[in-house]
Order: sequence, then structure tokens, then C-alpha cells
Amino acid sequence: MGEYIWLIPSFPLVGFLLNGLLGRRMPKAFVSWVGCLSVFLSFLFSVFTFFELLRLPPEARLIEVDIFDWIISGEFVTRVGFRIDPLSIVMCLVVSGVGFLIHVYSVGYMHEDPGYPRYFTYLNLFVFMMLILVTANNVLLMFVGWEGVGLCSYLLIGFWYEKDSASNAGKKAFIVNRIGDYGFLLGIFLLLFSLGSKGVWTLNFSELEKNVNLLNENVISLITLLFFIGATGKSAQIPLYVWLPDAMEGPTPVSALIHAATMVTAGVYMIARLHFLYNLAPETMFIVALIGVLTAFLAASIGFAQYDIKRVLAYSTISQLGYMFVGVGVGAYAAGIFHLMTHAFFKALLFLGAGSVMHALAGELDMRKMGGLKKYLPTTHWTFLIACLAIAGIPGFSGFFSKDEILWKAFSSNRGSIFIYILGLVTAGMTAFYMFRLLFNVFYGKERVDEEIKHHVHESPKIMTIPLVILAILSIIGGYVGVPHVLGGGAHFEKFLEPVFKVPHEGEIHHPLSLEIGLMVLSVVVALIGIYFAYLYFLKKPELSESFVQKYPNLYRTVHNKYFVDEIYGFLFVDNLLRFGRFMKNVIDEAIIDGIVNGTGYFLRGLGSVLRFLQSGYVQAYAFSIIIGAILVVGYLLMKVTS
Amino acid sequence: MMDDLSLVMPEVVLCGFGLLLLLIEAFLGEKSKSLLGILTLIAASSALFFVLRLSRLNGEAFFGLYSLDPLASLIKGLILVILVLITVASIRYVERENAIAGEYYPLLIFSTLGMMIMVSTTNLLTIFIGVELMSISVYVLCGMFRENVRSAEASLKYFLLGAFASAFLVYGISLLYGSTGSLDIRAYSEAISAGNYSSVLMLGVALITVGFAFKIALVPFHMWTPDVYEGAPTSVTAFMAAGVKTAAFVTFLRIFYTAFLPVIKDWGGVLWLIAVITMSYANLTALVQENIKRMLAYSSIAHAGYILVAFVTGERSLSSSIIYYLFAYAFMNIGAFTCVMLMERKGEENLDIDSYAGLSGKHPLLSLCLSIFLLSLTGVPPLAGFMAKFYVFSTAIKAGYVWLAIIGVLNSVVAAYYYLRVIMYMYFKEPVKEIGEIDLSSPYFLVVFICIFFLLYLGIFPRDLTLLAEGAVSVFF
Repeated sequence: MGEYIWLIPSFPLVGFLLNGLLGRRMPKAFVSWVGCLSVFLSFLFSVFTFFELLRLPPEARLIEVDIFDWIISGEFVTRVGFRIDPLSIVMCLVVSGVGFLIHVYSVGYMHEDPGYPRYFTYLNLFVFMMLILVTANNVLLMFVGWEGVGLCSYLLIGFWYEKDSASNAGKKAFIVNRIGDYGFLLGIFLLLFSLGSKGVWTLNFSELEKNVNLLNENVISLITLLFFIGATGKSAQIPLYVWLPDAMEGPTPVSALIHAATMVTAGVYMIARLHFLYNLAPETMFIVALIGVLTAFLAASIGFAQYDIKRVLAYSTISQLGYMFVGVGVGAYAAGIFHLMTHAFFKALLFLGAGSVMHALAGELDMRKMGGLKKYLPTTHWTFLIACLAIAGIPGFSGFFSKDEILWKAFSSNRGSIFIYILGLVTAGMTAFYMFRLLFNVFYGKERVDEEIKHHVHESPKIMTIPLVILAILSIIGGYVGVPHVLGGGAHFEKFLEPVFKVPHEGEIHHPLSLEIGLMVLSVVVALIGIYFAYLYFLKKPELSESFVQKYPNLYRTVHNKYFVDEIYGFLFVDNLLRFGRFMKNVIDEAIIDGIVNGTGYFLRGLGSVLRFLQSGYVQAYAFSIIIGAILVVGYLLMKVTS
Repeated sequence: MMDDLSLVMPEVVLCGFGLLLLLIEAFLGEKSKSLLGILTLIAASSALFFVLRLSRLNGEAFFGLYSLDPLASLIKGLILVILVLITVASIRYVERENAIAGEYYPLLIFSTLGMMIMVSTTNLLTIFIGVELMSISVYVLCGMFRENVRSAEASLKYFLLGAFASAFLVYGISLLYGSTGSLDIRAYSEAISAGNYSSVLMLGVALITVGFAFKIALVPFHMWTPDVYEGAPTSVTAFMAAGVKTAAFVTFLRIFYTAFLPVIKDWGGVLWLIAVITMSYANLTALVQENIKRMLAYSSIAHAGYILVAFVTGERSLSSSIIYYLFAYAFMNIGAFTCVMLMERKGEENLDIDSYAGLSGKHPLLSLCLSIFLLSLTGVPPLAGFMAKFYVFSTAIKAGYVWLAIIGVLNSVVAAYYYLRVIMYMYFKEPVKEIGEIDLSSPYFLVVFICIFFLLYLGIFPRDLTLLAEGAVSVFF
């Protein structure tokens, strides 16, 4: 079965082709079945492959299949080939599993949309590209997937392209991502040539890992930094995070799948995949962890002052991605991937829950016009509650295990630092605060829904609530695969990934168990404090939050406007680039270059119209021309002879 | 004597068929004239069969008046393929335009016979006979649309000026004979090396140059070309552009590279100048043409100039680029003219560029095919026109004629304007006039597709032809 791993990405490709070519002429049921089934088959196949891997001894858990030679240039050969190891199978399971649930949810959510076949076509293409990204066995094929998911993200953000804001958001996402991709590409080139100059022309992960010690340390630092720039684009980290909040213009299931659960985690996956490079670049690792924790903090604080429920979730995603980067940045790759997985569950659940609320309220997004929805949307409410508990890190829910693992590693690992730990801890409290602010405002308290809409408020159909329930279950039990030793668990998740990362155990500082337990309790307390303040400000005494806003209007305005980062970028880069572009167009291109080109053209045409008068049509004139020519030729040759 | 005959089998077969056609024609009714076309195809294919069978042979016949070598075989093959393509394209055209089929096909055959004789001899007298046989047949072919004034005018002009140019040619031959006592071109290079460097000999070289410059339409001996190409039936124009030019150029090449390389520093200079004038004059004048046949006529003059760029270098080993160019040139011109034949009406209508405006909407396939030929003429990869230009200009650069190559490249930039202009009209303009029904019958498209196939094949796998061409030009060593 191992040699058939290429089938995992192939099913969605077939789905994409079927829906893309035939979808518009087929009934909706056909589109839904093709769309969902293709992803489900990928999931099924990933599960089989997963058990196949488990049967192998841990150090032999690597299946590599080359399909065909792709680029051959001198000594450099790149193949289209796939690689399944514990890391990529985890990604496959998350992408196809969560992807399948979101496909099913979309059948209900998008039912009335005229672009229904187009939607599923893009969605299947996305799953195909994402699976290529995580199963590729070389950097170049991974880059294909990387660009492919970027394209799908663009297409789906701008899915309702008649809306200006949607098509602008799509463009913004694409352009900001291109900036990151530029770094990624430069990283690929530098890696290829610096290894090539040592005689090894390859981009295959296994071969890279074998030959990585040929590289000089500074070069590795530069390469890893360039790759990380790519990651900040795709995974929305400082300074390139600005596209993700706007990306919420897309349909909500798209936000759940692409902009929460899967695509935006590609940067984390990429660093984990290239861990052998990052391990040799401690400076870059520190930058990764630092950027991660700063992003986590900054995004969480912006989440305080947003009223659009999807935007709150978007900033929450950015913040949680920051945690993952802290994880991989301190060398705790397994912890980073663990959080990636649990986050996929609860964040997808949060988005789908938000979608369910929007569905009930005719597309309303402003939480000031919600409240008290608990009794109208019971299933949505309790699944949303579970997700909030999970993201806040309450013991027993999945987020607790993964987030705490990262915080502990940030504290204890020799790559971590106390600064990163404290900032991470504070952010955990902030997370709990803004998530419960959202929960209380939407589901509890006074009903602020418009009277007109209120009559139609209804729970979503089964096809939408069942994925919610499944994701809620996963948000609880998802953490139990990685219960740490200190709580009597087996840390199975970390162990499963261990053959990939080959964590060096020597040189690790051993901390007393009591310290680990103590820190765990501390983070739970911080989360509870966050929840308490949310309860106090938004449920018990809502007037407190209003008086806070009135007391510190400038602070509030700054945070509400996202620290004016978009405006600063606009002023510094966008305006200047536009000015430069206009100068190039108006002066250099239109005036100077076009002037030269057109001038030459007019001159030559003018010359031609003069010359055409020589062509009189009279035979005598033609014969005369021959005579002139003959005299010239004869004269020239005779002169040569006599001289 | 029998051996001699076996070497000239292709010519014998072709000649026999030509005479047979003339006889049969008298007994055929008006309706069955297309039978003559089919017989012409049979004639061409059987001649081609013998050319292929003899292609490995080297030999002389009739006391050195006729000789067979790889160059002759390769070019005769090309000429016969040209005959086949022109015949296929003519079958419906001649019928539609009411030309006199009875003489049309035999004249095509005799003209081809003249070309074949020209290229397979080293004797100037035989060459002259071939040139005249080819030319006189073509003079008549140009006037095949008898009711059309322009066709008659073209025929008469071509005949008058052609006779004038032939006088130069034959006078040059007599001077060469007078100064060396031989008509075999192989004798001249020995005589020159032995010290015969008289002004009589050089006058002979000059006059022969004038004669051939007329046939291949180099400036300022080109004046007939636009008028004749425009007035002649389009199938004959294609035949002249592809066939006559190929045969004349190869003969010119054979004479100068066999006999006069020792004095290349003399004639090289004058041909350098002619090449520059030809390219520049033709391209500039083509810019302002509104009639597509006239535009293609100037284009063919310009292409002769490009070939001359490789010619003036005198590099025997690199002259295979000339052969390659002639192949590519033949296919793209026949293709382009066949598209023009599809469009035109009663010999005169639909020839202006305005008729092509918006053509892609109504006839996408025709527009696509014509675009391919025009792009090849422009020199866009992967079409053969690109490789041809590439070989010719790189020959010039390798031989140290960098300025000539630069002038050539600049000229092809100018040329891109008038080729792409037609494409722009077809794809980006709204139709401005009614062009009527177009006869999209299969013979035309067969020719078009064969030409496209060869352009792509030669463009993507140029090695096959360059190897043959290198074998062919080895006769100069």
C-alpha cells in the first residue's frame, strides 16, 4: 500500500477536475457528492497509511515514492515525489479530516449560493494543493503546493468578487503573500546553490538532511531566515499578518478551512519539515520564537477591541499561530505541531459556529447586535462553549495540553527564555478574556438582535450541526494523544513524531516535576482570571467596559484601529510604490520609451512612403534601375582589378 | 549513354509527363481539367522517387554538361516538393479563377524542369538553358489570367525585363569563356589561382552577378518584383517566391562558391552593400503597403537580403545555413500565399489588408494558420523562420561580419511591424467590409497543414535538415 501514497492528493484533484469541468451542468447533489467524497477518500486513505506506518518500527517510518523526473538540469534532478512520515501523515489527517467536515458543513452553508459548483471546485483544488504541500518530498514540489494554496486562498477570499471589499481583500492577501514567497524563493535558490557549490545538487528533504553539515553556519542562518520570511507571509506573522483579518471577506467555511485550520499553518509545517536546517541556526530560531510571541501578544490585544466576530477569530488565529512559532522556535517541534492539530479542531469549530450564528441572523457579524442567542441556537452554543474552553486552555480540553506544552518548553528548553515564557503566559490570559468576551456577547446577556431578524432566528440544519458536534468532540479528546508524563500520560504524540525530529536529549536541563506542575497551575489560574474579567465586564456589569472606553479613549481608538498598522504600511510602502509606479508609467514608459519607439516607427514609415514613389510602374524606369545597378557593380569590380 | 540516362531519370520523367499532359489536354473536356492536376502530382512524385533513389550518387553525364551531387539532389527534392504543394493548392484555385488549366500544369512542370537542370550542372551553358526554360515558362504563367489586365501587364513586364537581364547573364558567360577558354565553373578557380586576374574575367563576374541579382530580386534589380508578384495568379506568385528564388539562389551559390571564392574580396564588398540596401529598402517599403501580395513581395525581397548576409561571408563550411533558410523560406511563403489564395476573389478582390480586419471572428482556423506563417516570417521560435534567421546571422557573426548581422537583425525588427500588423488586423479589429463566402475546401488546407508541419518540425528539430545541408555544401570543398 505504501507505494500508493500519491493517491492521497489525487482524489481531490479528480474532484477538482470533475466539478470544474462538469459542475455547472450537473445537479447540486452531484457537486456536493464529488466535493465531499473526494476529500473523504483522501482521509480514509490517510487513515490506512497511518496504520501502515504504525506497523513499522519507529525509525523505519518513512515511505518515499518518486513519480517522475520533473526538472533535469545538468547534475540537478528534481522529481515529483511524495514522502509520508509521522509529520506528514499528521498533516494529511488534519487537512483531509477537518477538510472533509468543512466540506460537509459547506453543503448546508453555501446551499443558496449561485456559485455553488465554483465554490466546491476551488475548495477541492485547495485540498489537493495543501496535500501536495504536506506530502512533497522536496522543497520545489512543496513550493508548488505553497503557491497553489495561495492561489486558492486568493480565489476563495474573492469568491464574492462583485463585492469590492472582497476582491480587494483577495488582492491584498495575494500581494502580501507574494512578498513572503519572494523570501521563500530566495531561500530555495540560496540553498540549492550553496549546496551545489559543494557538489551536491539536490532539494530532496532526505538528501538535504544528510548533507546539511556541508553548509557553513552563516549561510544556514540566512537560508532559514529567508524561509521564515516566507512563513510570516503564509502564516500571518509580524510583519506580514495584515492580510488575514481582511481575508474574512470570504465565505465562513473558507475562513475555517484555509484561514484557520490548514493553509495558515503551512509556515509552521515548513519549519518543522526543515528542522534539520533550523537546528543549526540558533539565531534564526530565536527570531522565530520572538516574532511568534510578539505576534501572539499583539494580535490578542487587538482582539480586545473588535466587534466583528469573524475578525476577533481572525486575530485569535494570528495569535495562536504565534504560539506555534514559539513552539518550533524553541526547538519543541512536536509541541508546535501538536498545537497546530488541536488548534485546527477548535478554531475550525469556532469559525463554523460563527458561520452558524451568521446563518441564523441573516449574515449579521456585529456582536453588538447579538446576545442571548443561547436558547435559539442550543447546539451552536454548547459546541462554541467547548471551543472557547479549549482555546482558553482549561484543563481537560485539548488546547490545555498543547498550549501548556509550548509554554513549558518555552520555559524549560535551552532555546527558550523567561521573557518569551512570560509574554506567552500573559497572552494566554488575554486569549481567555477576548474569547469569553465573544462568547458572552453572542450567546448570553441581553438580546440585542433586531426585531425583524429575531422572528427568523433558527438553529442550523443537521448537515451543519453534525460537523460542529464532531469537531467539539475532537476539541476535547484531541488533546489526550499528547498528555505529558507529568500528568501520568504517555506523550504519545511527541513519541510518534520523534523519529522525524530526532530530538537530542543530551544537554537538556532537568527541572523538578514540582516546577512543571506549578507552572501548569499558574497558566490555568491566568486563564481563569481572564475568564473572570470577561464575565465581570461583559455579563455582570457591562457598564464597566463602557466606562473603561470613556476613560481611555485614545488607547481604545488605537487598539480598535489595529494600532494603525494598515495605515502605516499604506503610507510607507503602498503610497510610495504607487507614486513610483506612476512615475515609471507616465514619464519613463509613456513619455521616454514610447516616444523613442513611436518616433522610430513614424520615421521609418515616413521613409517607406518616400521610397515607394520610386516604384513608378514604368518598365523603362525599371530597366534604368537595372542599368544603374549594373554600372555600379561593374564599376566597383573593374576598379578593384585595376587598382 | 545508358548510364548517362539513368542519372537524369528525374528530369526525363518530368519532361515526359509535361509533354504527355500537353497532348492529353487536347482531348479533355472543360470539366475534367482537374485530371491534369492529378497527373502533375503523379509526375512530381515519380520524379521525386527517382531523385531519392539517386540521392546517394555522385556522377557526371553527357561529357560533363550534367552532374549529380548531394547539393543537386537535396535542392531538386525541395523543388519537387514545392511543385507538389503548388499543384495541390492550384487544383481548386485554377478552376475557381477560370485560368486556362490546359497550359497551366504543363508550364509548371517545364518551369520545374528548368530549375532542376539549373541546379544539377557545373556548366554555364547548361545553367543558361535551365534558367531560360524556367523563366520563359514563368513569364507565361504570370499571364494566365488573360482577362485580368494586371496579370497580362505582369507577364509582359517580367518578360521584357527578364530578357534584358538574360542578356547580361549570357554576355557575362561569353566573357568568362573568352578569358579562360572554358565553360565549366570548376576551371575558373584554377585559372584565377594560376594568375588569370584580368579585367575581362572580372567584367564577366560582374555581369553574371547582375543576371542573378535580377532573378533573385536584389535591390536595385528588384523593380519588377512587386508589380509581377501582385499581378500574377497567386499560385504562380507562390511558385515564383519559393521555387524560382530557391533555384536561382542555389545556382548563384554554386557558381560563386565553386569558381570565384579566390576573388571574394572583390565581389564580397559589392554584395555586402547590395545585402544592406536590399534588406533596408525592402523592409521600409513594405511598411507602407496596403495590398497583401505586394507586402509579401517586398517581404520576399527582404528575405533574399537576409540570405545574402550569409552569402557574402564566403564561408563554405557555414553555407549550410543558406540551404536551411531556403527550405524554411519555401514553406512559410507557400503557406502564406495559400492563405491569400483562400481569401481572394476574382484575382483582385480581398487583397487589401482591410479585408483581413476581424477575420479571426469568422474564420478562426484560417486566421490561426496565416498567423503562424506570418510569425515564422517574422522569426518567432519555435518556427523554422526563427532558426533560419538564427543560422544566417550566426554565420555572419562567426565569419566576423558583425555589423552586417546587426543591420540584419534591426531589419527583422522593422519587418515585424508589417507582419504583425496583419495579425493585429485579424484579431483586434472589427471587420470593415464584406468579404463574401470563402472556399474552405480541403486541398488548400492540406497544403497549409503540410507547411505548418514542416515549419514546426524544422524549427524544433533543425538538426535533421542541417545535417543534410552540411552534406550538400560539402560539394564546395
